[in-house]
Amino acid sequence: MIHWNSFSDFLAMGGYGFYVWGSFGLTVLIMTVEPIMVARHRKATIARLKRQMRAETRAENRNTAE
Amino acid sequence: MNDRFNLYRYAAPSAFYPLAGALIPYFAAISIVFGLAGLYLGMLVAPTDFQQGEGYRIIFIHVPASWMSMFIYLIMAFWAAIGLAFNTRLSGMMAQALAPTGALMAFLSLWTGALWGKPMWGAWWVWDARLTSELILLFLYIGYMALTAAIDDPKRADKAGGLLLLVGVVNIPIIYFSVKWWNTLHQGSSVNLTKSSMAETMLWGMLLMAMCFWMYSIAVAFMRVRTIMLERERHTDWVKTLLAGDVK
Repeated sequence: MIHWNSFSDFLAMGGYGFYVWGSFGLTVLIMTVEPIMVARHRKATIARLKRQMRAETRAENRNTAE
Repeated sequence: MNDRFNLYRYAAPSAFYPLAGALIPYFAAISIVFGLAGLYLGMLVAPTDFQQGEGYRIIFIHVPASWMSMFIYLIMAFWAAIGLAFNTRLSGMMAQALAPTGALMAFLSLWTGALWGKPMWGAWWVWDARLTSELILLFLYIGYMALTAAIDDPKRADKAGGLLLLVGVVNIPIIYFSVKWWNTLHQGSSVNLTKSSMAETMLWGMLLMAMCFWMYSIAVAFMRVRTIMLERERHTDWVKTLLAGDVK
């Protein structure tokens, strides 16, 4: 069922190792990093929006107190 | 009003936001399952290609990435058309959420294509119709993102970006049919509806990888659109309520 005789055969990819793993490597890297960056951007955005909202409510409270 | 399930309800960001949030883990999980199955078939089981040896295995990401780069663009153009015609809020957000993923898919298509072209054709790059039109697709994505980022008012940004998307959609059939219309170095399509030139395990490996990329794109776009929604709707009650509590 498995096409390869050994792990080193698998890594060598019949001499095309550099090209095959260069393709798969960058793809895996991008598909790991992209969701992480999206999640980090989301956290930062939520924190910023919360700060802005608190600042706005404070400003409103000051205005009504005067 | 009746209680029947109503699809249009989800056109409102306040309703789509929790729905997308609930669906993300499923799309992510399905993507991983399809990806593992596709890699197993493609990298461990599928036989050697009689012409290209083991080098052909790049196909298992090259074709899914290329398909997604074109498909995501079509979806964005669809949202642009809806947005321009009906002035819906959600459409512009959807298009913006998809753009970076589409650009990455176009980039991956070119990158894996270069790594495939070098050993098979002896060149990383040639100015061939298929390759050039795919490069133009990458530029369209980048142009769309730069244009919408440069306009402060989201409504105007959506309109300008939407027009660019609709004009650029002409490039999609050019990419798709380039291997038929012109004499290109790029090989013709390996799969079509009636017959396929590939071994069965190769074909299934590739289709599973395509499903993996598809589900991945949906999951990431949903993650991104939720952030865009919070940002753009920050003055509405539903976002204020969310921000006051623990945002999910």
